[in-house]
Amino acid sequence: MSITLETSTTWASTCAVDELEAGWGEVALLGATQVALIRLADDEVYAVDHHDPHTGAPVMARGIVGSRGDRPTIASPLHKQVYDLGTGECFTDASLALRTYRTRIVGGMIEVELAP
Amino acid sequence: MTESTNAAAGVRDVVIVGGGPAAHRLADSLHARDTHRALRVTVVGEEIHEPYDRVALSTRLADGAADLTLQPSSMWADGHIRLLTGERVVAIDPVAHTATTSGGVALHWDELVLATGSSAPVPEIPGAAHARVYRTIDDVDALVAETRELAARHGRPAQVVVAGGGLLGLEAAGGLAKLGAHAAVVHSGGWLMSAQLDEGAGRALGRIIAGQGIGLHLGARPATITAENDAVTGVVLTNERVIAADLVVFAIGISPRDELAREIGLELGPRGGIAIDTSCAASAPHIWAIGEVASFEGRCTGLVAPANAMAEVVADRLLGGAAEFTSVDDATKLKLSGVDVASFGDALGRTEQALEIVYADPARGLYQKLVMTDDAKTLLGGIFVGDASPYASLRPLLGTQLSSEPAAYLSASGMEAPAGDELPAAALVCACNNVSAGTIRDAVSGAHADHAEGCTELGALKTCTRAGTQCGSCVPLVKKLLESELTKSGITPSRALCEHFELSRQELFESIRVLELTSFDEIIARLGTGRGCDVCKPVVGSILATQHGSYILDGGRGGLQDTNDRAMANMQKDGTYSVVPRIPAGEITPQKLAVIAQVATDFGLYTKITGGQRIDLFGARLDQLPEIWKQLVDAGFESGQAYGKALRNVKSCVGSTWCRFGVQDSVSMAVRLELRYRGLRSPHKLKFGVSGCARECAEARAKDVGVIATDQGWNMYVGGNGGFQPAHAQLLASDLDDETLLRYIDRYIMYYIRTADRLQRTARWIEDLEGGLDHVRDVVVNDSLGLAEELEQAMAAHVDTYEDEWAATLADPDRLRRFRSFVNAPNDSSPEIARVPERDQFRPATAEERERGEAVLVAGPTIPVRGAGA
Ligand SMILES: Cc1cc2nc3c(=O)[nH]c(=O)nc-3n(C[C@H](O)[C@H](O)[C@H](O)COP(=O)(O)OP(=O)(O)OC[C@H]3O[C@@H](n4cnc5c(N)ncnc54)[C@H](O)[C@@H]3O)c2cc1C
Ligand code: SF4
Repeated sequence: MSITLETSTTWASTCAVDELEAGWGEVALLGATQVALIRLADDEVYAVDHHDPHTGAPVMARGIVGSRGDRPTIASPLHKQVYDLGTGECFTDASLALRTYRTRIVGGMIEVELAP
Repeated sequence: MTESTNAAAGVRDVVIVGGGPAAHRLADSLHARDTHRALRVTVVGEEIHEPYDRVALSTRLADGAADLTLQPSSMWADGHIRLLTGERVVAIDPVAHTATTSGGVALHWDELVLATGSSAPVPEIPGAAHARVYRTIDDVDALVAETRELAARHGRPAQVVVAGGGLLGLEAAGGLAKLGAHAAVVHSGGWLMSAQLDEGAGRALGRIIAGQGIGLHLGARPATITAENDAVTGVVLTNERVIAADLVVFAIGISPRDELAREIGLELGPRGGIAIDTSCAASAPHIWAIGEVASFEGRCTGLVAPANAMAEVVADRLLGGAAEFTSVDDATKLKLSGVDVASFGDALGRTEQALEIVYADPARGLYQKLVMTDDAKTLLGGIFVGDASPYASLRPLLGTQLSSEPAAYLSASGMEAPAGDELPAAALVCACNNVSAGTIRDAVSGAHADHAEGCTELGALKTCTRAGTQCGSCVPLVKKLLESELTKSGITPSRALCEHFELSRQELFESIRVLELTSFDEIIARLGTGRGCDVCKPVVGSILATQHGSYILDGGRGGLQDTNDRAMANMQKDGTYSVVPRIPAGEITPQKLAVIAQVATDFGLYTKITGGQRIDLFGARLDQLPEIWKQLVDAGFESGQAYGKALRNVKSCVGSTWCRFGVQDSVSMAVRLELRYRGLRSPHKLKFGVSGCARECAEARAKDVGVIATDQGWNMYVGGNGGFQPAHAQLLASDLDDETLLRYIDRYIMYYIRTADRLQRTARWIEDLEGGLDHVRDVVVNDSLGLAEELEQAMAAHVDTYEDEWAATLADPDRLRRFRSFVNAPNDSSPEIARVPERDQFRPATAEERERGEAVLVAGPTIPVRGAGA
């Protein structure tokens, strides 16, 4: 059995998928929020907080993306903590977590789900 | 005048007479252990040098600038342990408890330690006044100068006769021969090293020595040194042979410096030296003796291992302990490159009914012998000539039962070596510093000393345990222990790069080259698994950059680059960047300086001079980098690659152009080197230095490549670095002309790039290579692998394809897009960069300053105005 809870969320449009180079993160400015967008091969796009959980510096989009086992990852460019791109869980320091956002592609545009 | 005691309650004065390795070890040990500062220590050494490593004296023969200072040397500066150099103790008063120095100071002591070592004796034969010895730094420096001067004066190589065919004599003869002298050894025994080797081994060694062009005169001694007008002309031997010679060096043993002990009536050993008991105490109360001057069980030993052990015993005793010195380990290994000789234990088979297992292969110049108990089970000793590789692993097994048939341990037997005999924890691995297998294993596997984690790297392990830091013969064994310990704890020393690549960096480099792969996707598909990570991606990025020299951010390679390379600038803690334009050799015109000043002013950048003779501009946003570089490139600057694992800079002194001491134009050479190797990607950053004379103002020996001018050309040093584990560069080749120097650097750097591990600087790389520096020299100078041409071509290709990365970026709008601030708002800038003024510039605000509202927010194109603040 599954329960679906309806909550009102906003989906913010950012940029065309084609604007992003695979494996090269960029930042979208959504109001005052900075969201790092990472496109892996084809149309797999992840969105996470641009701020490094450890130092607070706005740098995450510039980290190296990769994988751990079968999980997609991003490493902080400052001190190299490695985070799960999907869940935000930190593999190298359990006390840290990276905020993640849901994404979808609508008409070739990447949309990011912001909290209501 | 007597120096008064600072009568702080209970503080005792310790005076150590002599400033050699024994004194150093005692001072170091007291420094570490006397945490309550109950002792005040004064070391008096008559040589002008700080205590240095006499064992390594031969490196000074090869390299006149070699720094032999024993480490650590920090305790001399801490105020509690005083070092007086260039002063001799001339008298001791055992009643008044004073020691008077040649400077007229009477030092008070509560405890007196005699560590006066030995001198090198010269027999009283006619002409003895002309003889030289080989014992101190000053002796060596004088020998080198005289050998050169003789060659210059006579227009032919100097002719040197060395009396003594033991360890020291052979080391001296070999070293002088390498300096270009014609050397001959005169030895009274029937074969070389007759005190340590049996006849078979001695003869095998004789063949190797003769093969190096060194003459041998066995079974005779010098009887007369002949001279004309004060210049030596030859030596007459006891067998009446006459040998022509310009220089005669005596290395026939040691005589203990027991003169002070004699004067105050201390008991001496039967052949001289101060008699000590197992506590290292001499025959009068509160007087101790350690090192070569101490006679234990009737003899003095000319080796550093017992000297160190005695020092530790006395340190313990002075602090109230009960340590004992019980036995002398007299294993020896000859340190002469190209001549492999070692012996240990009962090498001559004197134990009753000992069994000797000998493999001799005269054709290959090999002689190996093990001495076993009569049941062939327990190892008693051994000798190795021609190939001493089994020595390091066998010596610690002395006195234990071998697990396999003895012959299998001898490489000459051609049998498969038994797989890693588990050394007992107590087995001594490093005899010089008394480090056991157990200590090394503990240091690898976990918390020890003040480390929270194990030392998993050879360099760190050596520094931490001291193993292998003196004569170096145990390093292969230390490395083996390290690897087997790592394997046990599940860390595979298999050198796999990361979870995505089983290959080491070197294997990856070769595979990519041979398969001609050019993209990460291809490479990981063919050679790895998964999607890569922050370890393997930059390695692949660097390898592709070295092999193809193409723009680093194109073709999907952007995402491979590490933090700094990705933005071609150095990311700082708040996510902004610093910019370093190249200033080759630190030479810059006033006009160009003004351009840097203008850029810094326009963009509000914090400005600082770097350690590498360049200027660093801090605080640029990602999206400002192209504008900043536009101004710089227009003014003729190019990228300084301060962000890359690449050549950083070539530091130089002002050289012969201005300096009154300079012998070569160090600036021109440094500019030439910097322009040649700029942009070259490597396993780690590379720094070079060039000095215009031996005064070394550019500190070139702290660099990966150090070039120091001589009046004949350039000396090339390799493997230096500063940083966490500093290392002095070592001499690779001397007196090179410009072109040879460049060729050697080409080969050396390319060989490093191809074979080093990820993030391994040249010092650690050389240390890790089988054969170390000698191997590097073989490859670079003698082309032993036949690679020289290929390496030079690879470097030529780099030089040809070099382009300035920033000029290339500015020329292409697609490349510029990578520097936009926001993908959906390329013209906005990050709203949250906060600055605080300090000493007339801006620096990042701390979290507290932000909270208190003391920071200036830097946003949009506006630049904070000087002096603006909270
Ligand atoms: C060329 C060479 C190679 C060697 N190779 C090896 C090797 O491979 N392995 C090995 O184990 N050993 C080797 N040795 C031996 C090793 O160097 C010595 O065993 C070691 O130096 C002994 O240390 P020490 O402190 O007892 O004496 P020393 O090193 O002789 O130091 C004593 C110091 O005290 C000073 N001194 C003497 N009298 C006074 C005084 N009255 N007042 C003030 N100062 C005084 C002396 O000038 C000297 O500097 C080698 C030695 C030489 C010369
Ligand atoms: S190293 Fe020599 S040439 Fe260079 S500045 Fe110093 S003294 Fe002058």
